[in-house]
Amino acid sequence: MTASLRLRAAVVSIVLLAVFLGAWHLATRGTGTAANMSPEYAKLMGLTATQGKSAMPGPLDVGAKLWEHLRRPFYDNGPNDKGLGIQLAFSLGRVMLGYLIAVAIAIPLGFLIGMSPLMSKALDPFIQILKPISPLAWMPLALYTIKDSSLSAIFVIFICSVWPMLINTAFGVASVRKEWINVARTLEVGNLRRAFTVILPAAAPTILTGMRISIGIAWLVIVAAEMLVGGTGIGYFVWNEWNNLSITNVIIAILLIGLVGMALDQILARVSRLVTFPE
Amino acid sequence: MSIFDDPFDAGSSVNAGCICGQHRSPAEHERAVPALRCEPVVESHEKRYENVVASAVLRAVFPEAATRRAFLKSVGAATALAAVSQFFPLKTATEAFAESGAPEKKDLKVGFIPITCATPIIMAAPLGFYAKAGLNVEVVKTAGWAVIRDKTINKEYDASHMLAPMPIAISLGLGAQPIPFTVPAIENINGQGIVLAMKHKDKRDPKDWKGMKFAIPFDYSMHNYLLRYYLAEHGIDPDTDVQLRSVPPPEMVANLRADNIDGFLAPDNICQRAIYDGAGFLHILSKEIWDGHPCCSFAASREFITAAPNSFAALTRAIVDATAYASKAENRKQIAEAIAPANYINAPVTVLEQVLTGTYADGLGGVKTDPKRVDFDPFPWQSFAVWMLTQMKRWGQIKGDVDYKAVAEQIYLATDTRKVMTEMGLSPPKDSYKSFSVMGKPFDPTKPDDYVASFKIKKAS
Repeated sequence: MTASLRLRAAVVSIVLLAVFLGAWHLATRGTGTAANMSPEYAKLMGLTATQGKSAMPGPLDVGAKLWEHLRRPFYDNGPNDKGLGIQLAFSLGRVMLGYLIAVAIAIPLGFLIGMSPLMSKALDPFIQILKPISPLAWMPLALYTIKDSSLSAIFVIFICSVWPMLINTAFGVASVRKEWINVARTLEVGNLRRAFTVILPAAAPTILTGMRISIGIAWLVIVAAEMLVGGTGIGYFVWNEWNNLSITNVIIAILLIGLVGMALDQILARVSRLVTFPE
Repeated sequence: MSIFDDPFDAGSSVNAGCICGQHRSPAEHERAVPALRCEPVVESHEKRYENVVASAVLRAVFPEAATRRAFLKSVGAATALAAVSQFFPLKTATEAFAESGAPEKKDLKVGFIPITCATPIIMAAPLGFYAKAGLNVEVVKTAGWAVIRDKTINKEYDASHMLAPMPIAISLGLGAQPIPFTVPAIENINGQGIVLAMKHKDKRDPKDWKGMKFAIPFDYSMHNYLLRYYLAEHGIDPDTDVQLRSVPPPEMVANLRADNIDGFLAPDNICQRAIYDGAGFLHILSKEIWDGHPCCSFAASREFITAAPNSFAALTRAIVDATAYASKAENRKQIAEAIAPANYINAPVTVLEQVLTGTYADGLGGVKTDPKRVDFDPFPWQSFAVWMLTQMKRWGQIKGDVDYKAVAEQIYLATDTRKVMTEMGLSPPKDSYKSFSVMGKPFDPTKPDDYVASFKIKKAS
């Protein structure tokens, strides 16, 4: 029954995709020759102006361009023109670095907050204010104070991905069942041992949920950050192609950003399944 | 006489008229004496350096001008040169001269914004002008004017492409802490335009533009000042009658297509791109507002000059060299091809070609030709800086008294550039101030305050 459900869902997905692509194709078809122009003048104009081609590329344009990119994903034509594979690698590198720093700070701090009601109350107002700040709002400040654009990008990833992890860790640690802690206390387990053998495994699923939310945010943020500072990365690629008004390449980048984001999320979902335990 | 002309070229004209001075125009002269006409010699850089060194040596051998002339007259220049080179290693001296002080820092980063104004900065990389100056320069595309400012202040870039008024704004600390910046070379002159949305095809009189929305790339830009000037000359107060928005150039084209703005004054390839995509038409070229106006500059912090004077001089030499190359019409097609790839401007070659060669579609079905649509002349006239300061004052960007001359002279390094250009065998202008007219109104750089006071429309300060 599940297999057939899966099959039916796949069929519906494919039909939806086909309908979407078909509609897209029809909506972006050219309207034929737009206006009467002298041939000399037409030579100086783009396809949109001469052949009434839609400013939006159709699915076939995107497909052809995507194929072109996939055939040589790692070319390097100098500092401002690199293959999509290299751009993605740069972005992933930045995300990983910022994210790992966030993990290194958020989890211990989350433990502290979760275990101490005093700290929890004291830090709460700061976390609540800092949590909703948009990544782009941090960017100028980071650029101005850190004085290095790629460090600024990493800082912005860090500052935006730290909060969900912190809050989830604190919440997970604080809501470990009191019986387990009491048992550990009766058995005279030391503080450090209690943290690692009782609290950490018990809070792990919640912590990983926080990490999963954070990686999603980190991946969201990197595109915005790179669009702003330029240089390298998939966000820079989007900006560079926007600058060239190449919507085709922008769509390809959007597609890839989505795919990579999904992959990152799936990896953490796997890990979180590993640490989940039946009660 | 242009600074890029060969000073030894007998065919170059000294005044605005013809070569011999007996006719009113070169064309008239040509008709009268066709036999005398000769093509200007395109001198190589080595040749130019050789000339400089040789004349220095001759001067050293015969310090008396009269003796030197007599000697040259009696044996002829070629023989004199050969004689001198017998006992003086001219070739080695020329090479040593061309190197002139090893750069302290060879690997440099220069930031640019992907517009045709950055042509000399960009093309110097693929066409080898930086390499010739003994530098290894990486040109880095940057996402916007504010970012390029911050990255240059942060020293991520050693020097960068900036709008001509930006180094002034940074040095004066408009909007932030003042940091001394300098302009050793102007990147381009002319090369902007006012583009309007297609629906305004019949609204060509600026008097009818009340209530329209216009985009400019940055507040401290020639675009802002030229558009304000143009509007004000037509009786439109840019602060109250229309809306001016700071918008990144690619978004200008998209917004124009989406009808969010009515027009823009933008740097080129963006103007031509709007036409190419059928989103707008060219109302006028910025050249028609002020022919020969500066637009973008090559800027470096004073700190960089102090820390690495030889690198700075080599960089200036490379930029001046590239600018000289770009100023020649016959090289423009090659340049368009060199700077079009994704690594540089990332735009269709035909768009860049239309901008650089000046044969372009105007968006209304006509093909126009103006070889000076964008032009290149690196000399940082200090009167340009004074004019920008008057406009900053006029529109309330700077308040209170301004020492126009002092500011202009500290930032626009006419003296240093003149030295570098002379060393290169070019003939820079002797003066650092020149007067010019903007929309027919003459500007006297010695009386900036009177100039500001003479405008009817300005921001009350």
